[in-house]
Amino acid sequence: MISDLFSVTVLVGILASGIRLATPYLYAAIGETFAQRSGVLNLGVEGQMLLGAFAAFYVALTTGNLGLAVLVAMLVGAIMGLAMAFVTVNLHAQQGISGIGFYLFGLGMSDLLFQKMLGTVETVRGFPRIHIPVLSDIPGLGQIFFSQNLMVYAAYLLVPIAWFVLNKTTLGLKIRSVGENPEAADSLGVSVAGVRYFTIVLGGTLSGVAGASLSIALLNVFQQNMTSGLGFIAVALVYFGGWRPWGVLGGALLFSMVNSLQLWIQVLGIPIPSDIAVMMPYVLTILVLVASVSRVRGPSALTKPFERED
Amino acid sequence: MKKNVRLFVLFVLLALVVGACGTPATVAPAPVQPTEPAAPAATEEPAATEEPAAEEPFRVAVVMPSAINDLAFSQSMHDALLRIQEEMGGESMFEIVYSENMFVVDDAAAALRDYASQGFDLVIGHGSQYGSSLQEIAPDFPETSFAWGTTVDTFGLPNVFAYEAASDQGGFVNGAIAASLSESNIIGVVGPIETGDAKLYVDGFKAGAEAIKPDIDVRVSYIGSFSDVALASEAANTHVSAGADVLTGTAQMVVGAIGVAEENDVLWFGTQSNQASLAPSVVVASQVYHWEGILAEMIDMIKGGTLGGQSFIIDLANGGEVIEFNPEYELVANVNTVAEQTIQGIIDGSITIDLGQ
Amino acid sequence: MRSRLNSLFDALLPVIATLAALGVGAVMLLVLGANPLEAYGALWVGAFGSTNAFAETLVKATPLLLVALGICISFRGDVINIGGEGQMIVGAILATSVGLTFTGLPGWLVIAMAMLAGFIGGGIWGGIPGVLKAYFNVNEILSTVMMNAIAVQFMNFMLRGPMIDPSQAELASKIPQTARLLEPFRLLRWAPTRLHLGALIAVVLAILVYILLWRTTLGYRIRAVGQNPNASRYAGIDVKRHVVLALLLSGAFAGLAGMIQVYGVNYRMITDGSASGFTGSAGFNGIVAALFGQLHPIWSIPASVLFGALLVGANSMQRMVQIPSALVTALNGLVVVFVVSSEIWRRRRQRRRLAAAKEEDVPPKPDPDTPGKTKVRA
Repeated sequence: MISDLFSVTVLVGILASGIRLATPYLYAAIGETFAQRSGVLNLGVEGQMLLGAFAAFYVALTTGNLGLAVLVAMLVGAIMGLAMAFVTVNLHAQQGISGIGFYLFGLGMSDLLFQKMLGTVETVRGFPRIHIPVLSDIPGLGQIFFSQNLMVYAAYLLVPIAWFVLNKTTLGLKIRSVGENPEAADSLGVSVAGVRYFTIVLGGTLSGVAGASLSIALLNVFQQNMTSGLGFIAVALVYFGGWRPWGVLGGALLFSMVNSLQLWIQVLGIPIPSDIAVMMPYVLTILVLVASVSRVRGPSALTKPFERED
Repeated sequence: MKKNVRLFVLFVLLALVVGACGTPATVAPAPVQPTEPAAPAATEEPAATEEPAAEEPFRVAVVMPSAINDLAFSQSMHDALLRIQEEMGGESMFEIVYSENMFVVDDAAAALRDYASQGFDLVIGHGSQYGSSLQEIAPDFPETSFAWGTTVDTFGLPNVFAYEAASDQGGFVNGAIAASLSESNIIGVVGPIETGDAKLYVDGFKAGAEAIKPDIDVRVSYIGSFSDVALASEAANTHVSAGADVLTGTAQMVVGAIGVAEENDVLWFGTQSNQASLAPSVVVASQVYHWEGILAEMIDMIKGGTLGGQSFIIDLANGGEVIEFNPEYELVANVNTVAEQTIQGIIDGSITIDLGQ
Repeated sequence: MRSRLNSLFDALLPVIATLAALGVGAVMLLVLGANPLEAYGALWVGAFGSTNAFAETLVKATPLLLVALGICISFRGDVINIGGEGQMIVGAILATSVGLTFTGLPGWLVIAMAMLAGFIGGGIWGGIPGVLKAYFNVNEILSTVMMNAIAVQFMNFMLRGPMIDPSQAELASKIPQTARLLEPFRLLRWAPTRLHLGALIAVVLAILVYILLWRTTLGYRIRAVGQNPNASRYAGIDVKRHVVLALLLSGAFAGLAGMIQVYGVNYRMITDGSASGFTGSAGFNGIVAALFGQLHPIWSIPASVLFGALLVGANSMQRMVQIPSALVTALNGLVVVFVVSSEIWRRRRQRRRLAAAKEEDVPPKPDPDTPGKTKVRA
């Protein structure tokens, strides 16, 4: 039975579903990367995702317009981000804790809206899988890379864009300097508050999209607490990726593929208790990090509020 | 910063106003819910607005682990109570009060005790994780009747009913139909954790499928969670990639998996509540729990003065479990016969389910 | 006199912020068509309205306080422990197995052993991320999030397998729970309420943690490492060791909270497949309570009671006026955000006081937020 694991079907299956599963992590974790590079830890990702997921679902259900649905999810995420920014930048609140507060708020609010505006679990017609002609017919590769839905592709496109913005633009330089040494950045005329507002709102926006990717692209349903801890994993993946978009991509893919592997292990009937199988992605993520003994240092000013000396 | 201060002061004032008069003077009905609000706690003086009713209504309180609209376990109970309410003549005759999403066991215990002390006629703990708490609470309220499920254990207490769903029976029927319809002879099952009602259903399903086709390959994956919709959906995807052309699953997180079934045009079998509305084109049948039968029995017993001590099972024979076919899915005639024969066989006892444990 | 007023204001700040959040909640209630006065009345009655209600509040506050004590230690050491959920679970599993194994021993001994087991279990689950952080440079937020998920699956595995109640193993329903603890092993209760000895134990431990942090070398070092690791290293403190210790102790208190939940409240472990089903999210909420208490063990006591009251009252609000539990969750979130935001006023006042104290040359009290400040003080 173990040998079944090494068949082409399984390999293709793992890669294809790993790529799918990684999608919401990517959106949320890339957004979180920006926030953390500017020195802000946002633990409220999960709440922003849930509200984004509901907003997108509701708009898609009532208007059938998927583009509008994503836009509304972004808007909702951005508003949550704005609130988070006000609380962390202006009021200097402990970031970890205010994040937990925003998580609880999003968790409850999305459920409340769901109950009041929908009342029952429904399905919606979400982003369909795109079958790229010719390419999607390539055995194996076609299934893995060329027959996913639009929001999956967009998530992967986001990685090089994020890398470029962070490393090759002045904006990226500002973000990094604010996260490393806000005093120096401030003395050079960079608006620490402005940059942080930007990154937190961007993070919220992308978390909103992450939620939308679940509710109108991958699952096409909304249910209370449907993210089920996904947002917290996304935050963890930022650390895994060493605050770099490519590293985040690696972490998201590793975690998702191991998760897919454990599903295959169960499907193939390999006799491992299901709970132990479910543990695998979590254990392996830690182990990989231990083995790689990463020496990446985080942004120095992470979680630290900045206050100008007047 | 001055603006912040002003904003803050505003909030404080608002809050103080709220806080200062924060004791309930009169109890107005909460318009948000279809049910009557609970009476105030025993320490409160009786509300003046209460109408003197001709007959005292029967009052039921229920504590549920998930939301009342979960299309699964909790909804099955809430729907059943609403049906009884309709039969008994509406809110004035039958009062329902519930606490949903009480997945925290000791919060649920507090809720159960509180309901009991408010003098409800029947207090239901709708979740097997609540039994322990009931065992402790019930002796303190000998006048109140309690019920819990799914189990058969009444702890030998005279005021505790137990109820259980023979979910293996519906599972067996679903499995038999599924095996008859499967062409690839591979069936995928998505479960939460390997225990309780879910395991019973899955084991029954497997037995049913194997009874029709001994060589059928029923593959089970438990995703280790009742809430992870994304993982449940990916588990379904995995089954489809592995060749399954029929899927089933149990508990509230399978809503994502049903979407996968629809997208890939593979058949789906539901359980606990009727799931046909989620994917009308691929849902063949759902095993639906109809608790109202045994609830009515309990209520009659309570009215007659027996507060507990008995355990109930809903199954196909007593109509507590119904296989509801999706009218939009046309079942092939010979498979329909299989379904009917299987249901009949379980009811008359000619089919016994061997869970092989 | 002045200073007393100051500390009174500091203490009242979280309460004021909570009230402000409830004010926003009132608007939400109005939008939903519910009467806020009635709803908050139900909240108050549910949390403080009767002896039993207040006892329930204290029962809820107990695990919050224990987790909060651990959080005081780890956050003072500048390590963020969000693994309380997992640590509670592992502590409870170890403690429960002690109670189920040594059925022949006297009650007080088994309880003592179980407390130790809970302490050790949580300590291991907190110590692992500590070692990973100190020696393998694995961020503790990442590892504690992952360890929480692992602990849940471990619990599910144990409760439906090796530790399952023998009477359940025979039934078709197979409820994933352990057998009940024997009568003599249960913590003393103040009948007829559920208030148990654990509450007292938690308060005593709060005093001990205060002593640990401010009256012992270990505590001093943990705080020193938290405030300035580089300076501590030059001063000859083994920074890595103290990072491990901070997380280990933090986990140990959470583990103890898990033990107390089993021995004081539930008398057995039951799983619904999630962490919060067992912990009631105390592993997270304890962090909030610690912050309400300004990372001070003693202040954490009223803070835990306040937050416990909110949780208990919110449930009663759902029961008495049928407000969806979702609103209650959102409301709790608002309370957290408002309280943590209100901190700015306390800090401002403290800074002013510090400046004044400096002139008088009185050694200032350590600022709990120093690890969180980049500002370089001249």
